[in-house]
Amino acid sequence: MKINIALRHTLTHVFIISLGLLMIYPIVWMIVSSFKPNNMIFSDPGLIPKTVTIENYISGWKGYAGTSFEIFFANSLFMCIAAIIGNLISCSMAAYAFARLKFAGRAFWFGVMMITLMLPGHVTLVPRYIMFNTFGWVGTYLPIIVPKFLATDAFFVFLLVQFMRGLPKEVEEAAIIDGCGKVGVYLRIILPLASPALVTTALFTFLWTWDDFFNHLLYLTRPDTFTVSRALRTFVGDAGAVSNWGGALAMSTLSVIPAFILFFALQKYFVQGISTTGIKG
Amino acid sequence: MRIMTPIIQFFRRNWVAYLFLAPWLVGFFILTLYPMIYSLVLSFTDYDFTNPASTQWIGIGNYVKMFGSMFGLSEFTTVTGEVMHVDPYYLKSLSVTLSYVLVSVPLKLIFALGVAVLLNQKLRWVPFYRAVYYIPTLLGGSIAIAVLWRKLFEKEGLINGFLAVFGFTDLPSWITDPRYAIWTLVLLSVWQFGSSMIIFLAGLKQIPQEYYDAASVDGANKFQQFYAITIPLLSPVILFNLIIQMIGAFQAFTQAYIIGGGRGGVLNSTLFYTLHLYIQGWTYHEMGYASAMAWVLLLIIGGLTAIVFRSSSLWVSYGVGE
Repeated sequence: MKINIALRHTLTHVFIISLGLLMIYPIVWMIVSSFKPNNMIFSDPGLIPKTVTIENYISGWKGYAGTSFEIFFANSLFMCIAAIIGNLISCSMAAYAFARLKFAGRAFWFGVMMITLMLPGHVTLVPRYIMFNTFGWVGTYLPIIVPKFLATDAFFVFLLVQFMRGLPKEVEEAAIIDGCGKVGVYLRIILPLASPALVTTALFTFLWTWDDFFNHLLYLTRPDTFTVSRALRTFVGDAGAVSNWGGALAMSTLSVIPAFILFFALQKYFVQGISTTGIKG
Repeated sequence: MRIMTPIIQFFRRNWVAYLFLAPWLVGFFILTLYPMIYSLVLSFTDYDFTNPASTQWIGIGNYVKMFGSMFGLSEFTTVTGEVMHVDPYYLKSLSVTLSYVLVSVPLKLIFALGVAVLLNQKLRWVPFYRAVYYIPTLLGGSIAIAVLWRKLFEKEGLINGFLAVFGFTDLPSWITDPRYAIWTLVLLSVWQFGSSMIIFLAGLKQIPQEYYDAASVDGANKFQQFYAITIPLLSPVILFNLIIQMIGAFQAFTQAYIIGGGRGGVLNSTLFYTLHLYIQGWTYHEMGYASAMAWVLLLIIGGLTAIVFRSSSLWVSYGVGE
C-alpha cells in the first residue's frame, strides 16, 4: 500500500516534469540556439550545440539602421520607468478615492471605471492617434507615457481598490484623530500599507510596457527612439523572411532576461496580482 | 445665490475625493469618452488621415463596405453619392478571428484546468512546477517569442526536425501553409495558459476537502468527484476566465503581425481582425473605415460577453450544496 502511494507520487512527478519540459523546450532551444553558428541553427534541433559562439550576440547587437541594441534597451528601460511612475501615482490616487473616501457619485464613477476595464482599446485608437498627431507627439514617447499618468490602465485601479478595501479602518481613524488630513492618510498610512499591491502594479506595468508592441509600432517612427520590442521586429522582413536568424534569437534571448529576473525575484506578487484581478495573458 | 448653495456644498463636501480622482477623470474624458464618441462619428465618414480636409459623410457606407459581400454587393453608392467598393477581406478577417477565439479559448481553459487540478495535490515542489508552467505566459506576448514561433514551424524548423525523428517526412511549412497557419497561432495561445491556471488553482484551494472525503466515502471515483464537485464549485471561476480570455483573444494582434510579416499571411489565413483594422487605418490611412471596424468589434465582443453572462445561469452555480 505504502509502495503504491510512493509509486503514484513518483509517476505524477514524472508526468508533471515531462509536460513542463515539453512546454519550455522552445524557450530553452531559443537560448541554446542563440549560441550556435548561424548556419547550424537550421540543421540542428538538438539542445547541445556542437560549436559554441557568441558571434550572434555581436552581429545582433549592431541593431538596425545604425542604432545598436544599447540604445534600444536604454529606450525600453526609460519608457518602463516613466510608465511605472505614472501608474503608481495616478492609479493609487484613483484607488484611494474609490476604496477609502465617501463622496457623491462614487458608485457611478466606479461603475464607469469597471466598464472601461472591459472596453477593447480599438474604439479609442483612431481619435487618440489623430489627437496625439495634432499635438505633434507622434514619434515621441508621450503618447505612451502620458496616458499612464491619467490612470488609463483600469486594471491597476481595480487591483489597488481591491487591496485598499481590505485594509483595517482603525489605522486610518487613529491617524485622523491625531490630526492627519485625507492627503496625509493617503501618503502616510494607505500607500505604505498598500505596498504589496503597488509592487504588483509596478511589476506588471514593467512587463506590459516592455512587451508592448502595438503602441510602439504606432507611435515610434525613428530608429533611434525604438524600444527593444519594436527593434526585434526589424529582424523580420516585410514578407516575413528573416536574414539574420542567429542575431534575432540572440537579441530575443536578451530581451526576455528582465522578465525572467523579475519573475523569479517577485514570484508571490505575480500570483497575488493574477488571482485577485485575473490579469490577462 | 440660492441656486449656487447646493453646488458650493457639493464642492465643500467632495472636493478632496475628486482631487484624488482628477487624473483618472481627465484620462477618462479625454482619452476614453471623447475618443469613443469621435470614432463613432468618424465611422460614418470617409476620413482619410493624409487628407482630412476632404472628409465627407457617407452614412452607413463603411458598414456596408464590411458586410456588403454577404448580400452579393461588390460596388455601391452611398447616400451622399460616393461610389464605394466592398472590402473583400473583411469577412475573411472576421472568420479567421472567430475560429481563433472559438478554438483557442476553450482549449486553453481545458488545459489550464487540467494542469491546475494536477498541481492542486499535496506534492512537493508545486510552487516550482507552477513557475515553470507559467514561463510561456510570462514571455509569450513578446516579440521574441513570435519571432521564435516562426522559426519553430517553418519547413526546416524545429517541429519538423522533431517529427522527422519519428519518421515523418515531407512535412509542410506550418507557418506559410494557409491550411495550418492559423493553428500555429492557436497553439501559441494555448501554450500561454499560465494566468488561467493560476486563477483556477486559487479557485480549487477554496473547495473544502470534506466534500471530496464525503464523496469517496459514498464510493465516488475521481472522475465522478471531478464532475460532481470540482466543476460545479469552480463554475464561477470558469465563467470569469472564459470572459477574460475571450475578450483578450478577439484583440490578438502582435503574434499574427510578426508571423505574417506585417500582413495577413498567405491567402490572408492569419488576417486577424485587429491586424486588418491596423492595415486599413495605418497602411491605407482609411481611418473612418478603421473606426467603423473598431465599433463593430466592440459590439461583437459586447454581444458575446452578454450571451455568455446570460447562459451562465444555466451552468454556473454560486450556492454550495444545492
